[in-house]
Amino acid sequence: MTINNPNFVLMVEGLTVSFDGFKAVNDLSFYVEPNECRVIIGPNGAGKTTVLDLICGRTKATAGSVNFKGQELLKMREDQIVHAGVGRKFQTPSVYEDLSVFENLEISYPKGHNVFGALTFRRDQQVKDRIAEIAETIFLQDLLEEKAAYLSHGQKQWLEIGMLLIQDPELLMLDEPVAGMSVAERKKTAALLNRIIADRSVIVIEHDMGFVADIATRVTVLHQGKTLSEGSMERVQNDPKVIEVYLGH
Amino acid sequence: MSIASHRLFSRNDLIGFAVLAAIIFIVLPLALDTFRLNLFGKYLTYAFVALGLVLCWGAGGILSLGQGVFFGLGGYCMAMFLKLEASSPENTAIQSTPGIPDFMDWNQLSALPWWWEPFHSLTFSIVAVVVVPVFFAFIIGVAMFRRRVGGVYFAIITQAIAAIMTILIIGQQGYTGGVNGITDLRTLKGWDIRTDSAKEILYFVNGILLFACLLAAQYIRKSKLGRILIAMRDQEDRVRFSGYDVADFKIFVFCVGAAFAAIGGAMFTLQVGFMSPSFVGIVPSIEMVIYCAVGGRLSILGAVYGALLVNWAKTTFSESFPELWLFGLGALFIAVVMAFPNGLAGVYAEHVAPRIARLLRRGGVDLPATPDKTPAE
Repeated sequence: MTINNPNFVLMVEGLTVSFDGFKAVNDLSFYVEPNECRVIIGPNGAGKTTVLDLICGRTKATAGSVNFKGQELLKMREDQIVHAGVGRKFQTPSVYEDLSVFENLEISYPKGHNVFGALTFRRDQQVKDRIAEIAETIFLQDLLEEKAAYLSHGQKQWLEIGMLLIQDPELLMLDEPVAGMSVAERKKTAALLNRIIADRSVIVIEHDMGFVADIATRVTVLHQGKTLSEGSMERVQNDPKVIEVYLGH
Repeated sequence: MSIASHRLFSRNDLIGFAVLAAIIFIVLPLALDTFRLNLFGKYLTYAFVALGLVLCWGAGGILSLGQGVFFGLGGYCMAMFLKLEASSPENTAIQSTPGIPDFMDWNQLSALPWWWEPFHSLTFSIVAVVVVPVFFAFIIGVAMFRRRVGGVYFAIITQAIAAIMTILIIGQQGYTGGVNGITDLRTLKGWDIRTDSAKEILYFVNGILLFACLLAAQYIRKSKLGRILIAMRDQEDRVRFSGYDVADFKIFVFCVGAAFAAIGGAMFTLQVGFMSPSFVGIVPSIEMVIYCAVGGRLSILGAVYGALLVNWAKTTFSESFPELWLFGLGALFIAVVMAFPNGLAGVYAEHVAPRIARLLRRGGVDLPATPDKTPAE
């Protein structure tokens, strides 16, 4: 693998995190190209979510490096990582239930992110147009005034994806975006993700293999904090090691 | 809340503000004699603290059990100025060191401590009333929120700070007046604050300042910052990973709460004529939280009513059953937590407002049925 290849958006090298001696992620390296949709799969406890936590700064790494467009993310605060262009969606839908869909999206709008800016923030036409545009993408254009608490589970997932989209991140990280969705919602989400990834890189954690096949450019299989296999969906599916620890049962 | 109309005041907000203004500026002054009016003025100084708690606790989810510290610091800054004016060499000629506050003389101090000196100036003192507590709140905020201390831990630490503050004030008797506090305050730039007319004027000054703080609170709540506070209360991580430095916002709102409490404290000193550690410690700080909870921790107007009602009840009941009052207060708090989590404002929004709307509709007046003081708006 070429180190410092300028073509990579994200370079994760030797990433390790140890919780009281237990290495949840152990010397992990992988590289994400522009416009690539990388899917991370693996059995429970393989360290998938921890990898995303490390990249977005939620968990502090013990060793290694995460390089995003030439910036070392491990040294940055969570909000600085967001401003650098990394967006993260959590496993359980995290939306602000007491606020409307519009207000949820507005908070993520990339303006007025310090105290003074938030006090003087004005809801101008540009903001409204952008929110309307995003709402249409995430199928919520008719629910802008609805309180987020009243949305269905699937709609909350879409709303959170929308909150990331409005930031226009170069790297989008999604943790099980279709978990708990109906088949119809799942199809819609796959279509949505395919549209979104056209102009950015995406890392997705997912269990649903049909869904993975729909969206993945490449697949990384994690096992015990390490890469077990990496490559196209087809290659990974036929890898005997993967079949043994993950797909076989 | 609709997208198109995001004004500072909705129609219901305007009505609510107008009703409160009418009560404070017209009804109470007309209905009460000067003694009682002064008492209500004192109650209203606690409304400043409750108002700050609505922003910190209700909106932002930051429960401070140490607001008495800021109330006290504001009150002490004011009291220091008044005490120095009352301690002119002529007034204190019988002391062994004339010209210093009486309690310093009793404690064998022979000169004014250097940090008392600037409080000869009224301008400095008024600035200090706000700046000293806010600076203190800022330091606490940075130390706690940057390290992501929150929730119960933050509440306990603020309570400890309130205890420490009381011990410090009582222990440093020669500099602070000790357990008696700073008493025997007389004039403000020669204007006697003990007269009836002064008490009436101070009541109105207090009311105007309260409305200024209410407007500031309303502005904050209606700005994007207000919605970020609510978002933080619900999903702190989501806000952080949407690109906000969460600690900055908590520090800001905690400082605003401290500033409000401090203004209340200064007005308390002016209207009551003294300041003592019994308004700083754990018990008064928790009482302040109860005012806010009873009024409704999500409603800025509710906070004012809560402070008025609980204090009025306290005066009334403790006049007749002094030993029972604390039990009454405890029962009130339990009742609020168990039965009316949104306090008076919640009761109003759920039960009273719909009825008023129905009555008005029947009478042919067309008013929107949406309740006032909607939680979490």
